[in-house]
Amino acid sequence: MEGILFAIISVTAIGVICAVMLAVASKVMAVKEDERFPAVRACLPGANCGACGYAGCDGYAHALIEEEGIKTNLCVPGADGVSKALSELLGVAFEDVIEQVAVIKCRGDCSVTSPKMDYQGIDSCKAAKLLFGGTGKCAFGCMGLGDCAGICPNDAICLENGIAHINTRQCIGCGMCASVCPNKLITIMPDVEKMLVTCSNTEKGAVTRKECTHGCIACKKCEKECPVGAVTVVDNLARIDYDKCTDCGHCAEVCPTGCIVKGDFSGIHSA
Amino acid sequence: MEALIHPDFKGLVVILMSAVFVNNYVLQKFLGICSFLGVSKKLDQATGMSLAVIFVMMLSTAVTWPIQYYLLNPNGLGYMQTIVFILVIAALVQLVEIVLKKYIPSLHSAMGIYLPLITTNCAVLAVTILNVDKSYGFLASMVNSLGSGLGYFVAMVMFAGVRSRMEGGETPESFQGLPILLVAAAIVSVSFFGFAGVIENLFS
Repeated sequence: MEGILFAIISVTAIGVICAVMLAVASKVMAVKEDERFPAVRACLPGANCGACGYAGCDGYAHALIEEEGIKTNLCVPGADGVSKALSELLGVAFEDVIEQVAVIKCRGDCSVTSPKMDYQGIDSCKAAKLLFGGTGKCAFGCMGLGDCAGICPNDAICLENGIAHINTRQCIGCGMCASVCPNKLITIMPDVEKMLVTCSNTEKGAVTRKECTHGCIACKKCEKECPVGAVTVVDNLARIDYDKCTDCGHCAEVCPTGCIVKGDFSGIHSA
Repeated sequence: MEALIHPDFKGLVVILMSAVFVNNYVLQKFLGICSFLGVSKKLDQATGMSLAVIFVMMLSTAVTWPIQYYLLNPNGLGYMQTIVFILVIAALVQLVEIVLKKYIPSLHSAMGIYLPLITTNCAVLAVTILNVDKSYGFLASMVNSLGSGLGYFVAMVMFAGVRSRMEGGETPESFQGLPILLVAAAIVSVSFFGFAGVIENLFS
């Protein structure tokens, strides 16, 4: 009994000595943190999504305080509100945040294409992609297993008819879904744009057509008809240059497969 | 107190060299693999981490050796070794971190992220316990810790080099990432078996 008691007491004593030593050391040798840090950090939404290009909200807050000339409009999820608050706090000019949304460049749902296998593996696009290039006939398209929906911090993505859909009204533009999609179908674009090519297939037109009736067959009609020359077909896929595009919607009208669409992609911050 | 080993200068050199090459903690004893695979991506990071490990290994040996021989052994508490050592090492590393943050901020920002990693690194605990198991005297223990740290350093730097070469090569898709890393680590480890027996015979 005495042995156990002595052991308990001596280990406790060592623990207490260590604790006191650490407590004293952390008080005596405390390093002053910039008093602006908690205020700046409080302005940020705390999603730690990394859209600003720093390691989480803490990283961005540190960069804002310590480095000169870091812009206050890098927080896409926070939008204008956060940018304004940061600018007032740090005394720099306010800059408008270009709100971004994520869009999926595939509309190949069950009605226009079909799966090439009865996939029963791990419930993840990343895993399915490793098996003969994906579950669908089109190796470029959405497999609808929902890696993007799983990572979305704001529940903006739902799975319907075998593919993922993004409700841009819910989208904060953090870009996490774009990073997990194994087919790189999701892009982040300014939410003011209206036109979108909803296909990512770069195979020849005839091949694409057999796989999916919604796909871009590279007929170049859009390229010829576009009044401002904003659409070009590269690698058998139509691409829109948003610097030139005037949102007239003519390409969507002439597209024979309907893979160019005109729509409202305004994000969560648009009134 | 049982008889401790107090080797002469030649004995110390043998301890040092065999700790670096023959009993390499990472490549022969497979301790501290987590940090070995995690931080060996870039040479400068690998160097920083290794220097931190050398420092912490020597510091914790300097503290745990007296605790073992002046507190635990005389009171028959040898069985409390593991728990006491973990406690002391963890507290020590935290203290070092606080001190560095205050007085040498540049070193803290360079070494800071590795220190918490070392806090619970099994290689550090293993060094302190093996020093006791082998009945090394204080000086021999310190030399053994230095050698173990240097061994970690050698392994890290070597593997950082291997990894930088691997980045240029074409890895088959199924091997990309961790699998090829483990294969490479295994081959580097096998290469260290070549040192077995060399050091003892060199100095005999």
